[in-house]
Amino acid sequence: MASAALPTVLPHEITTGAEAGSVPATGEPKVEGLSMVVFSGELDKVLAAFIIANGAAAMDLPVHMFFTFWGLNVLRRNGAVHVARKKTTMESMFGAMMPKGVDHLHLSELNMAGLGTRLMKREMAKKHVDTLAHLVKTAQEQGVQLIACTMTMDLMGIRKEELIEGITLGNVASFIDAADRSRISLFI
Amino acid sequence: MQAQTMSQQKADKVVDARGMACPGPLLEAKRAMASVPIRGVMEVISSDEGTATDVPLWAKKVGHEYLGTVADAGFWRIFVRRMK
Repeated sequence: MASAALPTVLPHEITTGAEAGSVPATGEPKVEGLSMVVFSGELDKVLAAFIIANGAAAMDLPVHMFFTFWGLNVLRRNGAVHVARKKTTMESMFGAMMPKGVDHLHLSELNMAGLGTRLMKREMAKKHVDTLAHLVKTAQEQGVQLIACTMTMDLMGIRKEELIEGITLGNVASFIDAADRSRISLFI
Repeated sequence: MQAQTMSQQKADKVVDARGMACPGPLLEAKRAMASVPIRGVMEVISSDEGTATDVPLWAKKVGHEYLGTVADAGFWRIFVRRMK
């Protein structure tokens, strides 16, 4: 483009115009954002994932979180859900043995058969660290995209109706597409 | 800006995030900024020292003007001018 760069740009000039024409068009899409694979289903790791996601969203980055394997359990609803298609014995076993949602995850360290997790949750409440449930809700309110891996869902027999509201279904291409458009990409 | 003048800084909106842990103060700041008039000043009060580092970075990233921080007894007052 032939437009000569201005030597200085005053702040008000950036905000008032909103003219796309004043920005040199390179043909490249703007590469900015955060994409994340949430593979782990442990409370501490998932907390870290959601704190990062919420921080990025607050800093105006588009955020995509892709939940696969143990991470998929984060998106499960609590309690019994009627599923339209009957589960196999193996699928039912997976369903019964894995944590049902954010309130049932355990710490990756010092779990001590659940005691450590209980103590940690108490400490978090005392020190005003947000609960995971609240961080998930805030992330959704901030427009963070939560994507459930359909391969894992199929493998473990987890159906769409067993997941919380507002989840997009996708596979590896969904993650790669998001990762390709983001500057920060994490595997947790 | 001088620390002395900074402590005299008036704010259009005060966000008291004392007692909150990361990412609480940042999310509160973002939420509250929506109700600050353009070119108005928001003051974020936090007892978490990390907030004093993070809020200026947030302001720069989203295009607001960080004015300065005043360290008080056990908390920090961070001033940001809304630019858009």
